[in-house]
Amino acid sequence: MNFDDTPQEAAFRAEVRAWIDANAPTHLLEGLRSSGFGGLNLEGADPITLSKNWQKKKAEAGWACLHWPKEYGGRGATPIERVIWGQEEGPYGALGGVFIIGHGMCGPTMMAFAAEEHKRRYLPPLAAGEEIWCQLFSEPAGGSDLAGLRTRAEPASDGSGDWIINGQKIWTSGAHYSDYGILITRTDPTVPKHKGMTMFFLDMHSPGIEIRPIKQANGQSGFNEVYFTDVRIPDGQRLGAVGDGWKVSLTTLMNERLSIGSGMSTGFPELFDLCCRIETQNGLAVDDPAVRSKLATWAVRTTGLKYTGFRALSALSRGEIPGPENSIGKLVAGPTMQEIAMFAEDLQGQAGVISDPDIAAANGRFQAMLMRSPATRVEGGTDEILRNIIAERVLGLPADIRVDKDVPFNMIPTSGRA
Amino acid sequence: MNFEFSDEQKQMATQARRYLADKCPSTAVRAILEGPEPYDKALWKGLAEMGFLGVVIPEEYGGLGLGYLELCVIAEELGRALAPVPFSSSVMLATEFLLAAGSDAQKRAWLPRLASGDAIGTFAYAEKAGAVTPKTIQLSAANNRLNGAKTAVPDGDIADFAVVAARTGTSISLYLVDLSAAGVTRTTLDTIDPSRSHARIDFADAAAEPLGAPGEGLRLISEVFDRAAVLTAFEQIGGADRTLEMARDYALERMAFGRPIGSFQAIKHMLADMYVSATLARSNGCYGAWALSTGAAELPEAAATARVSATQAFQHCAKNNIQVHGGMGFTWAFDCHLFYRRSNLLSVNLGSLSQWEDTLIQRLRARNTAA
Repeated sequence: MNFDDTPQEAAFRAEVRAWIDANAPTHLLEGLRSSGFGGLNLEGADPITLSKNWQKKKAEAGWACLHWPKEYGGRGATPIERVIWGQEEGPYGALGGVFIIGHGMCGPTMMAFAAEEHKRRYLPPLAAGEEIWCQLFSEPAGGSDLAGLRTRAEPASDGSGDWIINGQKIWTSGAHYSDYGILITRTDPTVPKHKGMTMFFLDMHSPGIEIRPIKQANGQSGFNEVYFTDVRIPDGQRLGAVGDGWKVSLTTLMNERLSIGSGMSTGFPELFDLCCRIETQNGLAVDDPAVRSKLATWAVRTTGLKYTGFRALSALSRGEIPGPENSIGKLVAGPTMQEIAMFAEDLQGQAGVISDPDIAAANGRFQAMLMRSPATRVEGGTDEILRNIIAERVLGLPADIRVDKDVPFNMIPTSGRA
Repeated sequence: MNFEFSDEQKQMATQARRYLADKCPSTAVRAILEGPEPYDKALWKGLAEMGFLGVVIPEEYGGLGLGYLELCVIAEELGRALAPVPFSSSVMLATEFLLAAGSDAQKRAWLPRLASGDAIGTFAYAEKAGAVTPKTIQLSAANNRLNGAKTAVPDGDIADFAVVAARTGTSISLYLVDLSAAGVTRTTLDTIDPSRSHARIDFADAAAEPLGAPGEGLRLISEVFDRAAVLTAFEQIGGADRTLEMARDYALERMAFGRPIGSFQAIKHMLADMYVSATLARSNGCYGAWALSTGAAELPEAAATARVSATQAFQHCAKNNIQVHGGMGFTWAFDCHLFYRRSNLLSVNLGSLSQWEDTLIQRLRARNTAA
């Protein structure tokens, strides 16, 4: 048991560190370090441009999408090398935020299902950050029940073999700055819901696409609604067979889990720091036994997640594939951050309401966490869906009873008050 | 990065698990819980023969001379099996006190017998309800004679010797006491978990020999408790895993409303949360095990982390195991209560959860201040 790199890993780390030292945009470092939730602190500069610049520089030196094959713009690196890169890239990694979905989910799906000519055309610019991708999955009627989606793809009546898309997606991150997207649709509503779906990729500038940002509960806008009105997609952009969309989407979602990072933030270090500076009625918060008990619980959850990540990395370096057990990361971090934010507000007393970063403790990070954390508990699998995944796929408990499982999709009730 | 136990260590765990499945089924735990014997002597002898009582004792003192990672995996298996033996007292505490502070003569006198299981040692600490602090240690030592009483001493009724925390003027010192000596009276106590026996020990001018330098008691206790905290955490992790498995198995088998109860989200989600606690505890335990086995400077922080996490996990899993079992979980016949008892016993061994929480934050604060 040790934290040490193998000699090969150490050599790789040294190479990465030297390159980053020589090439990283050091003038952005302070801003990136102090960036809060939902936005990069880049002093007014366009984050997309800065992100694309850094990605391009990495790509030119062979540091983009390390785990992808070289012919598609990657480096053919091992999973553990990818992790080492992430550790060394540190705060600069925040500049990769706009590429996470493209690199983590769209790219691997394209790699598994797209035609060779398409892989060669689309993957290298995706890797190099020249083109940004989004993922069009969730719908108003298909969130946790993704397979309830209703966006239709129908064969064009002109005999071209093209598909005509009508419907609506929601919660699409980055749709407004994306060039391409992968899209799951319903092609046959007369068969049970998991059997009638088909996946495509498409140009986000296609005629008939309308993108409307969603104003979130915290006032920011990171997601969009995307409306499709007679959008045409060539059949060559179909990913997988007609009716196999569910299977294709599972590949995408499995790759989401492979994106092991340095672990999700819980806000504990910020809270601990606050407790060392703020007073309760019993003196310094960190000396108050009631505060200590809560801090200890959040401390061990935070370290527990960190070392669970280390155990997953150990498995990865032995060549094992991470499984559904990695669902615990977000399940623990999301609610913990919310609890921490609420407690930090409590500690600040009346002043806890202030969200102005120039006045509030910790530059308003706790107020930002408070307002953002409800989303963490929902996006990319709700707490409840993650518990189902753990219960069913780790512990082997029976799947939920699905009353709509064998019913043709167009016979499934759509109102709870029928 | 390698944050898992080695194949050899896993093999040792498998060997221990097989042995305990055979020699320590729950009927063996119940025999101690319900019967007159204070511990399972045959099992104790067997564990000694496997070398498990002397894992970290150097070979020159009759042990295996292995490391703490090996001891962690064995502690975990004993926790899974609820082994009704004085392992925690004798191996995690008495042995550790001797290794930390014993003179060569003391080591020669006791370590080989501890390794062979011929002697049992324990640590006598608390004197009344409440946290043990330097003030609450009133048992006094003068001229190598002890006067006073200790309560809830784990295995105090069966141990051959005890390490005793005693007041020497204004400081606390440790003494080694042969419990068969004149002036020592032991009274077995009724406890929440009779599968692990506890006693009150009265000392009336009982002969004792110093263990370690005078006035070094608190430092030694803190040092040994950190080591024992990691080992106990593994005992708790073993118990947490076992109760999670029991609850899972029952949820798959028990039918209600025409379905296995494990198909209801209320039950699935409770089990998922138990899995989360147990997983976090194991990961924190690995950190503690790493720090313990390498003698890392992070040990105090890692030990408190492992201890808090494992206590929370075992208590959480053991109580919800009863909940998943419903009424059957509250019967004497089902094993759920054995784990519930043990989880709550272990939660106050070595200092309670709230004390360890406090310790953890103190230590994090000290590190932050130093940094």
